[in-house]
Amino acid sequence: MAGLTLDLIGMQLFAGVALGAVYVLLAIGLSLIFGMLTVVNFAHGAFYMLGAYVGLWLMAHGGNFWLCLVLVPLVVGGIGLAVERVLIRPLYGRGIDYPLLLTFGLSYIIVELVRITFGKSGFPFDTPELLQGAVDIGVGYFPLYRLFVIGATAVILFGLWLFLERTSFGLIIRAGARDPLIVRVLGVNVAQVWLIVFGMGTAIAAFAGLLAAPLQGVIPEMGGTILAEAFVVTVVGGMGSLLGAVLAGILVGVVVSMTSLFAPEMAKVAIFALMALVLLIRPQGFFGRAGLMS
Amino acid sequence: MLKLQGLNAWYGPSHVLQDISLEVKQGEIVCLIGRNGAGKTTTLKSVMGLLGKTSGSIRFDGQELSNQPAHSRYGLGLAYVPEERRIVPGLSVRDNLKLGLVASPDKHREAELIAHTAQVFPRLAERLDQMAITMSGGEQQMLAIARAMISSPRLIMLDEPSEGIMPVLVDEMFELFTSMKAQGTTILLVEQNVELALAIADHAYVLDQGTIVHHDTGKALLADVEIQERYCSV
Repeated sequence: MAGLTLDLIGMQLFAGVALGAVYVLLAIGLSLIFGMLTVVNFAHGAFYMLGAYVGLWLMAHGGNFWLCLVLVPLVVGGIGLAVERVLIRPLYGRGIDYPLLLTFGLSYIIVELVRITFGKSGFPFDTPELLQGAVDIGVGYFPLYRLFVIGATAVILFGLWLFLERTSFGLIIRAGARDPLIVRVLGVNVAQVWLIVFGMGTAIAAFAGLLAAPLQGVIPEMGGTILAEAFVVTVVGGMGSLLGAVLAGILVGVVVSMTSLFAPEMAKVAIFALMALVLLIRPQGFFGRAGLMS
Repeated sequence: MLKLQGLNAWYGPSHVLQDISLEVKQGEIVCLIGRNGAGKTTTLKSVMGLLGKTSGSIRFDGQELSNQPAHSRYGLGLAYVPEERRIVPGLSVRDNLKLGLVASPDKHREAELIAHTAQVFPRLAERLDQMAITMSGGEQQMLAIARAMISSPRLIMLDEPSEGIMPVLVDEMFELFTSMKAQGTTILLVEQNVELALAIADHAYVLDQGTIVHHDTGKALLADVEIQERYCSV
């Protein structure tokens, strides 16, 4: 009995990491956008949902899952670029609540447009054939697709890390998040950098939505719930910190998954209990800088 | 090289610069002196395009700057070291230097230019991979100047570079300005350390309450104790 439980815990741990991977992808986008633009992007969940729907549409029109992995971020990232350029840019310099309210409203509009176009009920999303089945990971048979989600997230994170640490555009982002003024004085068109960062963030959110689609199906409301959880992740990790988003995302995933093993009805509450606990001990989160919101 | 004519600037409703006209010729060191709040920093910020509302003419190499966004002024060869230095926390000395090149056409010569900078600023050479924020105030100031100089600007504007820095380093810094000038860099300097600044300045302008009240050569102003006392003493 004891050995069985240990295996079960091991399996659940893996399931938690897979769930955490989706949180991580959403949270790094939120964090990147907040760190650079000081925009609290309430439309992030809507972009996540759009990722799943664009994937669904592409699949219905002869595309395959692998093509979607490339096209979905491009399409939704493009929408993100337009949103920043047309809707958010006029609000810079007016305080943090303006873009917050704008994106909040925008998320309702996007969800409603999707309901009008695709209907209110959800769709199943087939797991790609190549990724069906389960593999033995030592403690039991684990769904191959969930392993793929973990792997794909790792690839995105590694790519993002290389981009931020090794390219001069990455240097501009790292510096600009701390001090946009000096970056401007040194000749960088900061408005353009913000545009690209917003586009990147939405592209990653869409990628996460596509990855999540085979796990939970596709419905217009799928972005709302997970956005709240992703915000918890960024708060726990520290607003604006990418490393914080990664660690907190995995932690939250594991906490949810473990709680649902022992007390399923407590799983969603556990996330917020964790956040309350972290905020009591460390108000700026794991890696956040104090006073960033002021 | 740099010519301001009838420059006015506002911070919100307050009219902080009134009809500033001054000229910085190629290869000169020109110094702005005056009390705190006289408008020296505001003048530099206006030239760099960092103020919301200005009027009048700012010409750099005959090109009108007033309608150019701040970021494109750097590309024209105009560099600015703000008073707060603005060393980026979380970045190494090397990355701070690289930041001076990200928008420069010399970006591809990054390694070479960092090596050259390390020669000119030996204090930075030993600390290239250290977090910039852990250095002393004087070293951070050197880094701020080095970062602005790495793209070989034709004119550099320095705001209170000696503020809060050990006297030994201040002397070193003023020697550096003289050698920067010898190598053809034009300098517009704002300084509280009036005597040191006037000693190396070709020309100097005295500001008071947002206007220019006096203009002379550095040498003449250095001898003019009355003007110095009236407009610069605290």
